[in-house]
Amino acid sequence: MPKIRIDNQEYEVPEGANLLESCLSAGLDLPYFCWHPAMGSVGACRQCAVVQYQNEEDTRGRIVMGCMTPVTEGAIFSLTGDKASGFRQAVIESLMLNHPHDCAVCAEGGECHLQDMTVMVGHRDRRYRGLKKTHRNQYLGPLVHHEMNRCITCYRCTRYYRDYAGGTDLAAMASHDHVFFGRHDEGTLQSEFAGNLVEVCPTGVFTDKTLVGQYTRKWDLQSAPSVCVGCAVGCNTVPGERYGKVKRVHNRFNAEVNGYFLCDRGRYGSGYVNSDTRLPYPGMRGAEGRFTALNHHDALAEFERLTVGRRVAGIGSPRASVEANFLLRSLVGSDSFAPGVSEQEQPSLQRATALMRSTPARVPSLADIESADAILVLGDDVTHTAPRVALALRQSVRNRAYELAADMKLQPWQDAAIRNLAQEQRSPLVSVTPGSTRLDDVAERTLHLAPGEIAEFAFAVAAALSGGDSAGNPEAAAVAQMLRDARRPLIIAGTSLCEEALLDGAAAVAGALVSREADGTRAPMLSLVVPEANSLGQALLCGDDAPDLATLTARAEAGEIETLIVLENDLYRRGTGEEIDRLLDAVTTVIVLDGMDSATCSRADLVLPAASAIESEGTVVSMEGRAQRYYPVFVPGDERHSSLYWLLCCLKAADHKHFVDINHVDEVIAACASAVPALAGIVDAAPGGSYRSHGVRIPRQPHRYSGRTAMRANISVHEPKQPQDEESPLAYSMEGLNRDEPGSLLPFVWSPGWNSNQSLHKFQDEVGGALSGGTAGARLIEAAGPTTVPEAATPSSIDAATLELIPRPAIFGSDELSARSAGVRDLMPDAYLELSVADAKTLGVEAGDGVVLGGSDTAFEVRIDPSLRRGCVAYAPGLNGCIGLVPRSGVSLSMAPDWKRRDADLIARDGQEGSLS
Amino acid sequence: MTELSTTLFGLLIIGAAVGGAAVLTWFERRLLGIWQDRYGPNRLGPFGIFQVLADMLKLLTKDDWVPPFADRFVFILAPTVIVIVMMLGFAVIPFGPELQVIDLNIGLLFFLGMSSLAVYSVLLGGLASNNKYALLGGLRSAAQMVSYEVFMGLSLMGVVMLAGSFSLRDIVLAQEGLWYCIPQFLGLVTFTIAGIAESHRLPFDLPEAEHELTAGFHTEYGGMKFAMFMLGEYVGLILICCMMTVLFFGGWMGPLLPPIVWFCIKVFVLICFFVLLRAAIPRPRYDQLMGLGWKYMLPLTLINLLFTGAFLLVMES
Amino acid sequence: MWEAIRSQLVTMWTILQHTFTRSETVQYPEEKPYLAPRYRGRIVLTCDPDGEERCVACNLCAVACPVDCIALQQATKEDGRWYPEFFRINFSRCIMCGMCEEACPTNAIQLTPDFEMCEYDRQSMVYEKEHLQIAGTGKYHDYNYYRVAGMAIAGKDKGEAKNEAPPIDVKSLMP
Repeated sequence: MPKIRIDNQEYEVPEGANLLESCLSAGLDLPYFCWHPAMGSVGACRQCAVVQYQNEEDTRGRIVMGCMTPVTEGAIFSLTGDKASGFRQAVIESLMLNHPHDCAVCAEGGECHLQDMTVMVGHRDRRYRGLKKTHRNQYLGPLVHHEMNRCITCYRCTRYYRDYAGGTDLAAMASHDHVFFGRHDEGTLQSEFAGNLVEVCPTGVFTDKTLVGQYTRKWDLQSAPSVCVGCAVGCNTVPGERYGKVKRVHNRFNAEVNGYFLCDRGRYGSGYVNSDTRLPYPGMRGAEGRFTALNHHDALAEFERLTVGRRVAGIGSPRASVEANFLLRSLVGSDSFAPGVSEQEQPSLQRATALMRSTPARVPSLADIESADAILVLGDDVTHTAPRVALALRQSVRNRAYELAADMKLQPWQDAAIRNLAQEQRSPLVSVTPGSTRLDDVAERTLHLAPGEIAEFAFAVAAALSGGDSAGNPEAAAVAQMLRDARRPLIIAGTSLCEEALLDGAAAVAGALVSREADGTRAPMLSLVVPEANSLGQALLCGDDAPDLATLTARAEAGEIETLIVLENDLYRRGTGEEIDRLLDAVTTVIVLDGMDSATCSRADLVLPAASAIESEGTVVSMEGRAQRYYPVFVPGDERHSSLYWLLCCLKAADHKHFVDINHVDEVIAACASAVPALAGIVDAAPGGSYRSHGVRIPRQPHRYSGRTAMRANISVHEPKQPQDEESPLAYSMEGLNRDEPGSLLPFVWSPGWNSNQSLHKFQDEVGGALSGGTAGARLIEAAGPTTVPEAATPSSIDAATLELIPRPAIFGSDELSARSAGVRDLMPDAYLELSVADAKTLGVEAGDGVVLGGSDTAFEVRIDPSLRRGCVAYAPGLNGCIGLVPRSGVSLSMAPDWKRRDADLIARDGQEGSLS
Repeated sequence: MTELSTTLFGLLIIGAAVGGAAVLTWFERRLLGIWQDRYGPNRLGPFGIFQVLADMLKLLTKDDWVPPFADRFVFILAPTVIVIVMMLGFAVIPFGPELQVIDLNIGLLFFLGMSSLAVYSVLLGGLASNNKYALLGGLRSAAQMVSYEVFMGLSLMGVVMLAGSFSLRDIVLAQEGLWYCIPQFLGLVTFTIAGIAESHRLPFDLPEAEHELTAGFHTEYGGMKFAMFMLGEYVGLILICCMMTVLFFGGWMGPLLPPIVWFCIKVFVLICFFVLLRAAIPRPRYDQLMGLGWKYMLPLTLINLLFTGAFLLVMES
Repeated sequence: MWEAIRSQLVTMWTILQHTFTRSETVQYPEEKPYLAPRYRGRIVLTCDPDGEERCVACNLCAVACPVDCIALQQATKEDGRWYPEFFRINFSRCIMCGMCEEACPTNAIQLTPDFEMCEYDRQSMVYEKEHLQIAGTGKYHDYNYYRVAGMAIAGKDKGEAKNEAPPIDVKSLMP
């Protein structure tokens, strides 16, 4: 590690870092704007200027940009010298020339990097007396608000949006002081990761639009470490709450999972917690069929009466925590507990889990995925099934550029230089899917095949890798060659197509890569995308023998089930309406524990309101097998309690022998870990409730949390005690210490002088590195199993004459919870069916026409995907109208009789907020 | 005096002492107000004198509450002790040539004995409250009283030696020519300081120092029991002033006016002086208080004794 | 020691001299003292010269408040103006320190020379926006925050605020 001297103080800095990173890592405050730890340096803003001296004798020195200066042994710098600080002051003064007097009405105020840096540099008085330049704003969709006047032209937004996230519709336009960052024409930002602009922008040009109507400053937000339950990636988040409402979600850094960025489903998908379809009180269905509200004591009594001593079955949920599912399974017995996924999905999920546990390849974290240098995507459009993985893949294709840069002895943070060098050269990514995907722009090769064919293709690649004859399939041979040439090849497949053979095929490719070369120079990775936040945890909990919904229906119809308990699950999204009706009709009593009103709740006899993931504690297992704990951000209102509470109370009332002495979340976790060997690791996901950092709890509120004596003064002027947290090491107050805690307990980032999210580096070992308290979560699937390569399986196939219904999830809409959130709801399309050009021609329909599925009278809008495999009809599960469609079933289509085309203009301009003139 | 008249006179003294103490609560506040450039209680009646009635009414109607964690018997006993012993102290005070409840030949010792017993009140009150502030107050009080008791008695020995008697009446009569405040000036100073400490008034109110101990030994007291502590304190103040009048300022003696008037005037002036002390002097630290007692006051009284003794020996020879 | 004794005696003498000085107390209910316009009493919310409410719900008063007795929630009007959906001051906690007024960037929150705020019921000390909002401009007559801020609102387009140039035409090629 080189030693450098800064202001006569010697520092040891990491090899290959730039000076700005080194200064920040050493705890020195050096202002900056354009540099970002995930995006490297371009030296655009000139804010991190320092003075470098040639040698000991040099007294004048010269000004260099910290972010563009590599640290070398013995280099001498000055941060505080007049020359450097004067230069920085001049730079910020010029950046502030046109900055409007907006802070009071700016959603960035109080966590603004520009405010922080202005204070840090010491610029106080505006000397400029001229006119400020102004800009018109653009409407950028329901998620991101644009206020161009505030821009300081650091170019972070376009660098993030275009270079990092691969978006195309946001750019820097015009020249000199007319530079404008926006779209060519007004409209919704197309990238699924546009929300990160809110965090990337150092000032208030891009702000969270869903926050602005109910705005709360950062210092007033109560927050706790949470995990996004929007998909199976398990991104770490920090939701912020005030007045009992979730205000916004920010990224919580996790070096191995989401890093600095979230997808828009994760960022904007928590609004469901504030939704008016939340259930506030337990409800008991009376004789006349109406629900009566109960208090929680009566509700518990009813719950016990309807459960204890009866023949009970339970349906869990892949979006509920491991603990809640475990308790329900303990209550009803493992052979009466269904995991709560659809009949089509369950075998795929079980297969995926088995393969992940047995594959000799590494099951990668997102950080591992970013290190891959050859990628084969099988089946899934990951941008829609596991969005954050897609953003990681966009980074992994850049590994070719970094290789080239290393040959040229360029440091990896030399962003502009590396992009210039690599141009369009990328690490190879091959996408084999039924239709076009959002990653096609970075794919070297795209193949469009039906699900069964994809599985066959995968086995062909595996065969080619194992030296088999691949002459008949040149594509497979080429892909095999690509994987063979890579050092860190990555195979990604998913359960979204409900095709077990496809998963087998992916595992076979990964297995073949491992067995082919055992010299350790190659580290193949196999990532299997599962659909929901805790799908994997649910599969690990239930094992392979868990009954599916059809089995339960059969047993119910045989009279073996009196009471059915449904945990946080809308069954009507897990099967056709007729199937679910049959199940619910066959049992005497239906008890539903859920946070939201749903079709299943309407069929229940007793509804217990469950707290959401943001109001409760629990563990979920992400698709990489990482168990992660989320903590309540606030105490749920009304009579809501976590499912864990309801179930544990019921278990104790039933005098269940294992649960008599269990009262604490930690004890439930421990019981779960000891009862289910596959889940033994969940105890290590986060410290237990008795953990204390420096002897005190970790505060959920920043130290300047305001309004404590007035917040609820309208209810009563007598202030109650702060709520006490009996379960977790966090406190519902500002008392405590947000320092040196494990990464899994980081409630928010703030450091003196660093009010914005850029203060994160104060919580990291070194800038951009892991959190100093350790990376959150515990991997349950770590060691590679024995080399078992699946045999070539026969993919399921349907009659070639009919069309096959292919589920292609949508980022906005396919997830049940986020679809009820304000911003996401606005972006949800109406139900549609995608057809290939050939099929559309056969049917005689064009894009925008309506079709009906054979046998039903629901009409769908037709979309044409030119790359869709012929014979496939794609739909987005979860959209209104698509609920109840059976994936992979054969269907016939016909023109909708009374279809009215929507006016195209109406769709394009749904919001008007001034226009470019 | 006959037995009946003695009894009546005793009752009169008790009434006067209690009444005096009650008025004193108002008077002290008014006086402090004057010295601190404000008014003090001035709203009720002429000059606010009915404030006394209002305070009494308030104290009498307050909930007579004993904390559940306290030692009930001792808790109730403690405030009564201080009132009783302070009242008994008045028995030996000669208010005039014939106005005395009982002229004990050990009158001075009786007074010292009674004032020493007062420490039990504070100590028991502090202990019985079962409260850390009260306990600390009680402890401080015990140490303070024991320390100041020592030279309080000694400071008076000069007077006794000059008068040749422990009878207060004799002592007053012995001051016919010269009040003892002149020859016994050191004795006066030390007795005054000891007197303040004994009645634990400001600046020596460390047992109840509100800045440190909430309200010290009477933290847990309220209503009538609290009132009795207060009564004890103010009666004690009057008693000390009476003793100073008797021992150093010639008791009832004075020209023209009747003896009892002279006595009252002297007592009144001394009370004003005590209030002035309260208005002017800050509370010392606890170690300073003890240091003052043992390191300065005790030697001073001993020196005073030595000189008085030497003076007497020289006079005799 | 002597110095200490002298000091105590001097103190006593000084205090004794105060027997003859006038009392500083003002006999309040009978005799009302003069209160300057900037006296720190009951808090009001004012309107700008155009008659619109000045408060933009920036939360700075709430965070400046040392006793945390101000709570509010921001909301947005049609034209983009920010305003408080509710604005609550718990006067039973307020210490009339005036920090909120100092912090206010829009001169909305102002303290007035009215301190007579007695209530038998503590709950009545909780003032909501309708109790706080007045129709006038209070002590500062001319200031209008939106005339200096860059945000566009109804009646003030981009570039129409003080010291602002007209909006840039990004499609122009002129230098």
